[in-house]
Amino acid sequence: MKTFDYEAPVTIDQTITLMSKTRGKTLLLAGGTDLLVQLRYSNQDVDLVIDVKGIPELNQINYDEFSGLVIGAAAPCSQIYESAPVLENFPAIIDAATIIGGKAIQNRASFGGNLCNASPSGDAIGAMMSLGAICNVVGSEGVRNIPIEDFCIAPGKNALEKGEMLISIQIPSPRPNSGSHYLRFTPRAEMDIAVAGVGASIELDSDLNKILSARIALVAVAPTPVLATEVSESLVGQKTSGSLLEKAANIAKETISPITDVRGSASQRKHLIGVLTRRCLDIAVKRAVQVS
Amino acid sequence: MSKKMIERDKHISVGTRPERMDAKDKVTGHALYGTDINLPGLLHGRVLRSPHAHARIVSIDTSKAEALPGVFAVVIANDLPEADDRTEKAGESTINYKFLRDNNLASDKVLYVGHAVAALAAKSPDIAQNALELIEVEYEILEPVLDVRHAMSDKTQVLHEQIRTDGPDGSGDTPSNIAQHIRHVKGDPDKGFSDADVIVEREFTTVPVHQSYLESHAATAVWGMDGTLTIYSSTQGAFLARRQVSELLQYPMSKIKVIPTEVGGAFGGKNPTYVETPAALLARKTGRPVRVVMSREEVILGTGPGSGTAITVKVGATKLGKITAVQAELCYEAGAYPGSPVHPGAMAMFAAYDIPNGQIDGYDVLVNKPRVAAYRAPGAPQSAFAGEQIIDELAQKIGMDGVEFRMANAASEGTERLDGSLHKSIAIQEILGVIEDHPHYNEPLDGPNQGRGIAIGFWDNWGARSSVEINVNSDGTVNLISGSVDLTGSRTTVAMQAADVLEIPFENVKSSMVDTDSISYTDTSAGSRTTMATGLAAVEAARDVLTKLQLEVSDMWSVSLDSVVYSKGVFRTTERKSENITFADLAAKLSGQINGHGNVNVENWAGAGGGTIVDVEVDPETGQVKVLRCTAIQNAGKAIHPGHVEGQMQGGVVQGIGWALYEGYQYDELGHVLNANLLDYKLPTSLDVPSVEAVIIEKPFPSNPYGARGVGETPIISPAPAIANAVQQALGQRIDQLPMTPTTLLEKIGVI
Ligand SMILES: Cc1cc2nc3c(=O)[nH]c(=O)nc-3n(C[C@H](O)[C@H](O)[C@H](O)COP(=O)(O)OP(=O)(O)OC[C@H]3O[C@@H](n4cnc5c(N)ncnc54)[C@H](O)[C@@H]3O)c2cc1C
Repeated sequence: MKTFDYEAPVTIDQTITLMSKTRGKTLLLAGGTDLLVQLRYSNQDVDLVIDVKGIPELNQINYDEFSGLVIGAAAPCSQIYESAPVLENFPAIIDAATIIGGKAIQNRASFGGNLCNASPSGDAIGAMMSLGAICNVVGSEGVRNIPIEDFCIAPGKNALEKGEMLISIQIPSPRPNSGSHYLRFTPRAEMDIAVAGVGASIELDSDLNKILSARIALVAVAPTPVLATEVSESLVGQKTSGSLLEKAANIAKETISPITDVRGSASQRKHLIGVLTRRCLDIAVKRAVQVS
Repeated sequence: MSKKMIERDKHISVGTRPERMDAKDKVTGHALYGTDINLPGLLHGRVLRSPHAHARIVSIDTSKAEALPGVFAVVIANDLPEADDRTEKAGESTINYKFLRDNNLASDKVLYVGHAVAALAAKSPDIAQNALELIEVEYEILEPVLDVRHAMSDKTQVLHEQIRTDGPDGSGDTPSNIAQHIRHVKGDPDKGFSDADVIVEREFTTVPVHQSYLESHAATAVWGMDGTLTIYSSTQGAFLARRQVSELLQYPMSKIKVIPTEVGGAFGGKNPTYVETPAALLARKTGRPVRVVMSREEVILGTGPGSGTAITVKVGATKLGKITAVQAELCYEAGAYPGSPVHPGAMAMFAAYDIPNGQIDGYDVLVNKPRVAAYRAPGAPQSAFAGEQIIDELAQKIGMDGVEFRMANAASEGTERLDGSLHKSIAIQEILGVIEDHPHYNEPLDGPNQGRGIAIGFWDNWGARSSVEINVNSDGTVNLISGSVDLTGSRTTVAMQAADVLEIPFENVKSSMVDTDSISYTDTSAGSRTTMATGLAAVEAARDVLTKLQLEVSDMWSVSLDSVVYSKGVFRTTERKSENITFADLAAKLSGQINGHGNVNVENWAGAGGGTIVDVEVDPETGQVKVLRCTAIQNAGKAIHPGHVEGQMQGGVVQGIGWALYEGYQYDELGHVLNANLLDYKLPTSLDVPSVEAVIIEKPFPSNPYGARGVGETPIISPAPAIANAVQQALGQRIDQLPMTPTTLLEKIGVI
């Protein structure tokens, strides 16, 4: 690890100013569970690390029915899964927050960091994508709202311009009769990285048997987490049934062309996406039925 | 040496569960490990490692690195004197000094990715890291040899031109990657197979698995003006480390002082030295203390894991369940230099059984991977994975219960093993009896896709040399020092035995491990020997103390030595009823120094058997195996500290679960390790292992004063085959390769 400067501003303005003033390479630090590992092992040159955990707005979790859920970019998983409105309304978020790393990691790791790190296997990204999250971004040029499916552009690369930072992630309030789930496959029970993952949110009609809308996100099977629109389309307007979910699972398998790496082969990933999509949809539907 | 066992009613501390002396310091972060050594003027050493699996070193240019400000010295193999081409026993493994020299710093060839090529010392770790990139090494790349079967064929590259197969019928005459071929034959295998009603045959494969000790290797070297070399090392054997450094530097042992630090796990992997000698060279060249600490990646790439193997095995039995013959071929990867654990692997394979006819051929095979090191019962988990699955399959084919079939063929005292030696007191039948009667074996499974498996195993253990000294203080407390590095709580268990003999409270014994200048020779803490052998040295030292104190008493009271007796902490004389004095009161009166010495060379020790019952649940869609319940059974002879024995059993099972389901090196076709980090080299976490019930059997080994046997290694042998047997039951599919990852399972059942 090379030496670098460290700043811990307490406002967004200070952070933006620091970023625009510094000539060299600047990196923001939230929980550091990605960043510190990368700094230590990649031996990359960084001039300034700006710790954003001291900025109050980035640590807040707010919810109201009108604007939905706003998760501060630096709020750690443990704060997220202990938040009553999240527990009540966003089960997929709870799923993701409770499987990232282990207890120690969850006390540090933020959803904002997970998103900005733009890993193909980011669990929080998958969960948030299935819930239609919007990323609130600020830079010296002003504010931008980026739909989450446009935020990650390549492994480790996000849509932020130089001098921009993520402030929060906004997730719309759940529709009536809706349910969500995030499910991944890892060889180990914790402290592991997804071989494949699926996030799903489902909205049912008032009779609870027809699907009104669906969003499905697939994780670790493409350069970034991806929205599987073909899968959603195959579900909308249909009556829930085992065979419908099976069909959707097969479509999910067909939409991806994953790679083979040390964590799993392409064929294993395809197979797993099928299994996980079916299981994930099944639970999302059950949850939709339960909440109503 | 004592031949008589100490009667059970004399056990005061032995058999109790006092708190481990090192526990609090370790869990609160106060204990000093290798990386904590910080001396004035310390320089940071780093090692340059080969990016190639097999290449000839054409040239090394260190000038640019040496010119970097902050760099103090660079060393390469040429900085070392030539080493003797001599092989010695080192724990359960062997060390050849010529190969050790090349493994510390490659001279002519690099033989695996991660092979050390140069080392340097700099003012800061960053400068050291940057300087590594400035060392220019020109390589002539050779074809890597990665597969053990391929390595054995004569159509492949050889790693060492000078190596000829050392075989049962003499030495080969052409260069070969088979360094050794061993053969054990008993009875008439052909006839045995022709007598069989059922024969099962299979091939099994396993991959290298690392000990994955929590603490990496670390050494800090400093030279005194008098020529004394002091090395603080994370070694598991201080005297063994000293011997290696002495050989590699061709420097007298008397002038090398190895100070063992606290050790964060070793499991056999810290018998060979890697960084001690480079640190010493750098310290000599710079005149400053130099510390070399390996990163996790370096540990995985550059130190010795357990062998990958290919094993074929064939067993025949009668319809009534008697084994008539076995035949096995064990091909063990040695890595870059000879010395795989194929001997103990072959020993352990069917040691728990009485086999009338059999042949085992074992091959020690060179491949372009790190030279393997001992790993807890070295060689045995691999051969047991094969052997105990075949036994299971045979029992199924015959239609016998697994326990019943094993019982019908169990070895007992006096049984001749395939390697020709005779079993001493063992407890295989008792272990099988415990399995048979245990609720775990008898309660029904409660769900689909579940399976239950059992397996048993046997390990030979080790004895060897240990030294202990006890000094009596005037307040009646004693200080005990030993030459054994404490890996597992042995400070505590050794002190318990001394306290017992001295008949003083355990709390009154302060026990320490000391450096090589401070005590006589002691073999490495390996082979499950320390509690037993160093414990015996403590018993001897305590007896020596008592003898000397009895002499003091006889002088003090002017009575004959023979009349002085010691019991329950009080000295008396049979000559005068009125006289008595406690240990502590006598200690206060002593005019001279009382110390006791125990120097033992244990040549008569006993092996230990064990077994595992395990329940698993398999997800047939994802291939994931969850271990639901596990019971470990083991013969401890005498559990000196039952809590420590349970800890060894549970730890062995946890590592066994790692072998079974998670761990293993993954290579690309050029020999690069794809998972040289603990994210992708998967160790089980606490959520992946169930609470392990440990059942201790105590069938004493009569030649030890307490009846103790080694217990550290046996528990890792049977978990993997037990899990494989359980998976077979759950899935209807036998898995013939380790680790049984989800990917492997899905492939085997044809899902992907
Ligand atoms: C042991 C371990 C286990 C893990 N397990 C999982 C797992 O199960 N699932 C999973 O998905 N991940 C896992 N991770 C990865 C990591 O923990 C998560 O991605 C985590 O959510 C990152 O959050 P952080 O707050 O620590 O981010 P940081 O490391 O602080 O930052 C991550 C990246 O985001 C950038 N960044 C941070 N905040 C901002 C901001 N406000 N604006 C712009 N850029 C910003 C940083 O510069 C950096 O590039 C694991 C990591 C470890 C070490």
